[in-house]
Amino acid sequence: MSPDDKTDGLHLEEISIALSGRMLLSLNAIVRTGEILTVMGPSGSGKSALLAFLGGFLDPAFTAGGRLSIDGIDLTGMPAQKRGAGMLFQDPLLFPHLSVGGNLLFGLSADIRQKDERRRLALQALEDVDLSGFFDRDPATLSGGQRARVALQRMMLSAPRYLLLDEPFSKLDADLRQQIRALVFDRAKSAGLPVVLVTHDEADAEAAGGTIVTIGGRQDR
Amino acid sequence: MRSRRNDGGMKRRVLPGLILALISLPLLAGLAGTIGPAFGYLPALGGNRLTIAPFERLAAQPHLLQSALVGLATGLVTTGVSLALVALFTAAYAGTRMFSRVQHLVSPLLAVPHAAAAFGLAFLIAPSGLAMRLVSPELTGYLSPPDWLVPGDTFGLSMMAGLIVKEIPFLFLVTLAALPQTELAQARRLATSLGYGRVRGFLIATWPLVYRQIRLPVFAVLAYAGSVVDVAMILGPDLPAPLAVRIAGWMADPDLQMRFLASAAALLQLGLTLAAMLVWRAIEIAGALLLRRMSISGLRCADDRLIRGMACAAMGVSALLVILGLVVLLVWSFAGLWPFPALSPQVLTLKAWMRVLPQIAVPLATTMALAGISAVIALMLAIGLLWRTDLRSTGLLQSMLYLPLVVPQLSFLFGLQILSLTLGFGTSFPLLLFVHLIFVLPYVVLSLSDPWHAFDRRFETIAAGFGKSPWQTLLHIRLPMLMRACLTAFAVGFAVSAGLYLPTLLIGAGRIVTITTEAVALSSGGDRRTIGVYALLQTIIPFAGFAIASLMPQLLFRHRRAMRI
Repeated sequence: MSPDDKTDGLHLEEISIALSGRMLLSLNAIVRTGEILTVMGPSGSGKSALLAFLGGFLDPAFTAGGRLSIDGIDLTGMPAQKRGAGMLFQDPLLFPHLSVGGNLLFGLSADIRQKDERRRLALQALEDVDLSGFFDRDPATLSGGQRARVALQRMMLSAPRYLLLDEPFSKLDADLRQQIRALVFDRAKSAGLPVVLVTHDEADAEAAGGTIVTIGGRQDR
Repeated sequence: MRSRRNDGGMKRRVLPGLILALISLPLLAGLAGTIGPAFGYLPALGGNRLTIAPFERLAAQPHLLQSALVGLATGLVTTGVSLALVALFTAAYAGTRMFSRVQHLVSPLLAVPHAAAAFGLAFLIAPSGLAMRLVSPELTGYLSPPDWLVPGDTFGLSMMAGLIVKEIPFLFLVTLAALPQTELAQARRLATSLGYGRVRGFLIATWPLVYRQIRLPVFAVLAYAGSVVDVAMILGPDLPAPLAVRIAGWMADPDLQMRFLASAAALLQLGLTLAAMLVWRAIEIAGALLLRRMSISGLRCADDRLIRGMACAAMGVSALLVILGLVVLLVWSFAGLWPFPALSPQVLTLKAWMRVLPQIAVPLATTMALAGISAVIALMLAIGLLWRTDLRSTGLLQSMLYLPLVVPQLSFLFGLQILSLTLGFGTSFPLLLFVHLIFVLPYVVLSLSDPWHAFDRRFETIAAGFGKSPWQTLLHIRLPMLMRACLTAFAVGFAVSAGLYLPTLLIGAGRIVTITTEAVALSSGGDRRTIGVYALLQTIIPFAGFAIASLMPQLLFRHRRAMRI
């Protein structure tokens, strides 16, 4: 990767999102590779709408303007499945009809064709988060922390270009939260991915260590 | 960019447009095919000029007014009573544990075909039926069945009862689907804190919100009950029979000239249904006024145990009538000699089954093929429709889906049959399949739409983030996760098709017969053992569909705990 100051990272230029004529937010930001942009704001401020816009699945009820690009490639208007946005939500959202391994293989980029190689990568991904032997398990039988780790690995296997995190730690209890947070941030940094994190939690913002943007002072009534 | 978005918009509109056409064109064509002959225009039979002669002939039919009035009254009474019972029961118990337990009873009751439920009721309440045997001769002194006109009473009361017990589960199910869109728990707490009784509080605060959502199904019940043929043949009055039964008779008359009369009568039936809807509209307005007065009077009716008890009892009796009816059918199908006052048959025998089963293979296969194919096509169309449009935001489409249920079947099916004969299609399986599809599709969409909208869209978002196309996401994520809902929708469609009487009779024209048309044909003069076998088989078919729908996920996902709930 050749760091070119002009284009390197995720560029959010003049992003504005409105709902039925009411402006929710406007934002200008550059998230460099390995950096985390933390977006904070009260509920109803449009944080989730921002993530939806960045991921390419904003509800048509919203109107959005501005330009989104990564490493110089324009993403604005590109369909969600072509963007390469890895996402984590409050819930791990493992597909309940697939095994743990099935979930990972579903996430794994289609660029890797060979069946043996795909399986090897999935097994390796499990081993990396101390879940060796979980390949054939039913996701419903996993603990909260285990599920969060599978969700993280599933996302990383999809070879994303950037990450969108929607309060991914808020449902974990305190101990686990710290541990999973460190793991996620660590993986994102070592993979050199720009990250946009939406959160309520000051501790998340602190641990992220990047720029913090607060949006939408007005409470939605 | 812009052009691609427009393409997407076009694509989004193609499928709903197709489905709209699929439903509305046959309906309009059918209506036209009825209106023409009603005014004497049917070139194939030598009718080339417009005349009102068919209506004059219709007016000259004996007891026409009485036939028409019985039909009208049946529609209004059935709708009124079943809706009132559902409303009161829901008012009394929605949100309680008992209520959530009762919910599981609804689908099986809904799956019982109208004709089978009607036969069951007939076997219960007939002078020689189980009810009379229970109290004879001890209480009544009867040693032979009394000479009462039940079922078949002049005012159509037994027919109304038969319809009410079948429409209650339907209206209850649509009410259940509407409840989550109301703030039930909050409204209950508020009403209670103000000192209102459960029933009154619910009727004032929540019922208007529920009713607004179930209005179309209510009108569907009104149209169906007012023009029903199979239940009326089994339980309704004779001489004169309700108008719909007489129309079906005229339509099937070997004298082709009768088709003019039948078409005129079908238009009269359409007019009667419209009249019933106008009356119902007046009832709606009166009901709204009454509710408003209830809400401003300040009366609390805090102690409503009596009315709650009555609502519960009425619902219980209605379910019991269907279940007991099926039990009686079962017993009769195995009964040997069973003289009148005896409560049970003297011997049990397989004779009736052995006799009927060989004759029934072809109708059974036809029923399964029609039901299976129409339900599969309807399921695929429903998935496409829900995938491509947000049904909730397109009220028009939703109303259009209900159209075949709100327009009386008689008024357009006959026209459709005449049209297809005129165009040279004749009686064919594909045509019959297509007509079944028109009636099956609305129910399948209705059944699938709630689980479809309840699906957590974040799963799809994640999949899109992995680079999966909408198609891949649909096939690998949404449909497998909605497997149970899809199978249930299939089973609903299967049951609807298997129970269709009039469309099968008219479009099949006696050459394509199903178990339902065969069973109803036995209503005049068939012996009870044979009827028992037919009606039971007719019930088993939809139940098998539901059983498969609930067992298959257990089997497919036996290693996936979260998929088995």
